[in-house]
Amino acid sequence: MKVTVKYFGIIAETAGKKEEILDVTQGMSASELKARQIKTYQIPEAESVQLAVNRDLNTEVELKEGDEVAFLPPFAGG
Amino acid sequence: MRYDRQIKLDDVGSSGQEKLRNASVLIVGVGGLGCPAAQYLTGAGVGKIGLLDHDKVSITNLHRQVLYDEFDVGRPKALVAKVKLQRLNREIELVAIEEALTMENAEKLFNQYDLIIDGTDNFETKYLINDACILTGKAWIYASIYKNEGQLSVFNYQNGPSYRCLFPKTTRQNVSCEATGVLGVTPGLLGMLQAAEALKIILDVGNVLSGKLKLMNILYGTEQVLNIRKRQEEIEKIKNEGIIPIRIDCELKDTGKTYLDVREDFEQPKVNSEKVIHIPLGKLKDHLKEIPDKEEVLVFCQTGKRSKEAVKMLQKDFGLRNLKNVEGGIEKIIDG
Repeated sequence: MKVTVKYFGIIAETAGKKEEILDVTQGMSASELKARQIKTYQIPEAESVQLAVNRDLNTEVELKEGDEVAFLPPFAGG
Repeated sequence: MRYDRQIKLDDVGSSGQEKLRNASVLIVGVGGLGCPAAQYLTGAGVGKIGLLDHDKVSITNLHRQVLYDEFDVGRPKALVAKVKLQRLNREIELVAIEEALTMENAEKLFNQYDLIIDGTDNFETKYLINDACILTGKAWIYASIYKNEGQLSVFNYQNGPSYRCLFPKTTRQNVSCEATGVLGVTPGLLGMLQAAEALKIILDVGNVLSGKLKLMNILYGTEQVLNIRKRQEEIEKIKNEGIIPIRIDCELKDTGKTYLDVREDFEQPKVNSEKVIHIPLGKLKDHLKEIPDKEEVLVFCQTGKRSKEAVKMLQKDFGLRNLKNVEGGIEKIIDG
């Protein structure tokens, strides 16, 4: 099953891309996907990274075909 | 007469103008975000505007903080901003506060204003604003920038979510615009959007961006709005315990070793230890003598990529055999 993953801020730089379509196993949860991607790209300080599934932040759901998952780091520039 | 063009709007009217005249806004940080916010709120006739900044105008501010000019370099931002804005509108009260926001002064200052605008560039102050707003019952308008990306939201508005609901855990990887580089228009746009949220809140019109996080990429022209879920426990914690300071400095796990930090000067967290030699990657060649050649030296950067490159280069070009890369970067060698 396929989901679209979007990366923001420094995560997009670490991953070297802003967006990708990933093949994930049926029944994978948002936090499992997070753990997988954190490992794949060696994203530092994973605890601070927030996930949004279909634009809802901080939600623990089972992923479905076509879901959009955003990886959001805190940033503080001004 | 002065406000005729906005009073003409049904959303403002003369009653709206009266609301603006009676309103007060504190701008924390009169830089890339704070300058445009202050200019437009001054123009709109917000009755009292506090301008808090402990910094001075520098020449590298001018590409984005266009309220200031070359003659202002070296002068205190809060004072310069007050003088300039007062020329734009002599009918309002402008208060220059030449201080840093601290745990000691935050609540006292916030109590004197209706609304807070965050024009800061670091996590410590953003959490401080958040906590002081919860304690004083004020809404605050948040914006942050990373290169060409911006985040915007309104926190603590009518029982809405707080910044800690969005980011309960912070990162040590704070990089300011000074450090990453930024186009002047990016904070310009975000600061103006912050002023727009302030006007909506004061006038009580439209939809305030509470419980939502707007993400913008200036370079690609893309926008997304995410929904923030309230974490009541994060808010209660502050109500019960008061301001919880965020600290970004750090300590080495093992001080018995020697380290080489190849990150740039501005990168955080800084490791304050005599066991760490700091030479940015691009300057290594000019500072070879400073690298110990007898004992083992652990080379690190933020993620482990640049330090790997450094080790490779120093081995190949200069025959240094006592270097070892820290895989995974700084997080692997510091506490907490």
